[in-house]
Amino acid sequence: MNMLSEPQIHGQDFHGSTEPAVEINNLTRAFGDNIVLKTLNLTIRPGEFVALLGHSGSGKSTLLRTLAGLDPAPAGTVRVPQALSVVFQEPRLLPWKRVWRNVTLGLRDKNPRAKAEAALHEVGLGHRLNAWPLTLSGGEAQRAALARALVREPELLLLDEPFAALDALTRLKMQSLVTSLWRAHRPAVLLVTHDVDEALSLADRILVLEHGTISTDIEIPHPRRGSPHPELRTRLLQALGVTQ
Amino acid sequence: MSGAAQTVRQTVTQTIRKPFARPVFLRRAAVPLGIIAIWQAAAAFGLLNPQTMPAPSAVATSFWNLIITGQLWPNLIISLERVLLGLSIGVITGGALAILAGLSRLGEDMIDPSVQMARTLPHLALIPLVILWFGIGETPKIFIIALGSTFPIYLNLYSAIRGADRKLLEASSILGLSHAETIWHVTLPAALPGFLVGLRQAFGIAWISLVVAEQINSSSGIGYLVMNARDFLQTDVIFDGLLVYAILGLATDQCVRALETHLLTWRPQTLSKQGA
Repeated sequence: MNMLSEPQIHGQDFHGSTEPAVEINNLTRAFGDNIVLKTLNLTIRPGEFVALLGHSGSGKSTLLRTLAGLDPAPAGTVRVPQALSVVFQEPRLLPWKRVWRNVTLGLRDKNPRAKAEAALHEVGLGHRLNAWPLTLSGGEAQRAALARALVREPELLLLDEPFAALDALTRLKMQSLVTSLWRAHRPAVLLVTHDVDEALSLADRILVLEHGTISTDIEIPHPRRGSPHPELRTRLLQALGVTQ
Repeated sequence: MSGAAQTVRQTVTQTIRKPFARPVFLRRAAVPLGIIAIWQAAAAFGLLNPQTMPAPSAVATSFWNLIITGQLWPNLIISLERVLLGLSIGVITGGALAILAGLSRLGEDMIDPSVQMARTLPHLALIPLVILWFGIGETPKIFIIALGSTFPIYLNLYSAIRGADRKLLEASSILGLSHAETIWHVTLPAALPGFLVGLRQAFGIAWISLVVAEQINSSSGIGYLVMNARDFLQTDVIFDGLLVYAILGLATDQCVRALETHLLTWRPQTLSKQGA
């Protein structure tokens, strides 16, 4: 499948498992009379980078929160790996803990400091280990949040519009950082975004969520090669109700 | 280029700020010092009755006498002890109630309505009752101070715990923190600034309670000095007592501020103050 478009890395057995990283069957979620997710089915393979597009209010945040275990799944089944990390739109760092302590928070490890240092160096924040979070710039804080997610060696990484609050230049840097981190660690990724171009440049596969179901599910041929995919772009924009 | 721009900007700031910026302390002290000077002059010209309004110099002299005759220190120590003991009891009681009500729905339902009801009652109105219960020794004084300082601690800490950022709590649940770890690493540190605001208010109320409590049948403390001075028409000593209360209030407020700087190093305003 399209997963094999990068043969130099593929072919290995991710985390010793060939079971899907995410398996959702007939998930339905309603707030009162408002049905947000309607008998939704979704499978994400290990190591697959999936982007989820949708209007605000289309239920994409609810889907991500359900996967993260923050919202209950009253109807249907949701299977996710134990090792799961989330990066939100805001970095959500504890302001009263130094950056490296934020990274190790909740980590059960013999030498958490060393792990935090390695992760922070990897995201390019090795020089701010002891900084207080409120002194970081928006991009730096989001890097720290990425390090905190990575240090847990997740099999599933949920990204909830993680670049939305960043300026355009920082966003580009963060996008390439996420790509290289994904290449090095190979978690399955679900990226929630409303940016079609971001989805096209990062993901193997793009989903469009509409009226609580997945209305479009496209595998990207030759992903992350910088090819612009104009016809896919048009198709996705149409699926989102944007006509040019 | 940028060097030149820098110089220009500096010159501008200097010309604007120079006449006023330097003597900040002097500017702040000008009004109180002026009032004292006018007061002293009015006394010197015989405009004030020394029986009711002694000159600042007379107040200073009697203050010095209180110090060298050894009357001030023991009474000051006693008053400080009363405040600190009462306040400690108040902080522990108010803190414990706030934590119970803040962290559990059951605690909230059982504690919050009663405390909210009790706080509307002016605690100083209980003095006659407290004297009936505990007599006129140390106990009623400590009780009144403790009762008064319980409420600001409770109200501030309780709302700070309830107001802890839900997004941070969510993030920590995803990070796998247990319930106890979340309280320790997230909820309580988030509530600390609110607690310190409560502590400052509690100190204020503790001093007020002390003043009132020491005027009922005391045989020691600053309040005793003042009441004694009234009986002997030593108006200057009454002023000395007021001065001591003011200094103590200011000093304890500074202590809490120092505690804030120490405990809340992570806040940007603290960091910029330290130049970090």
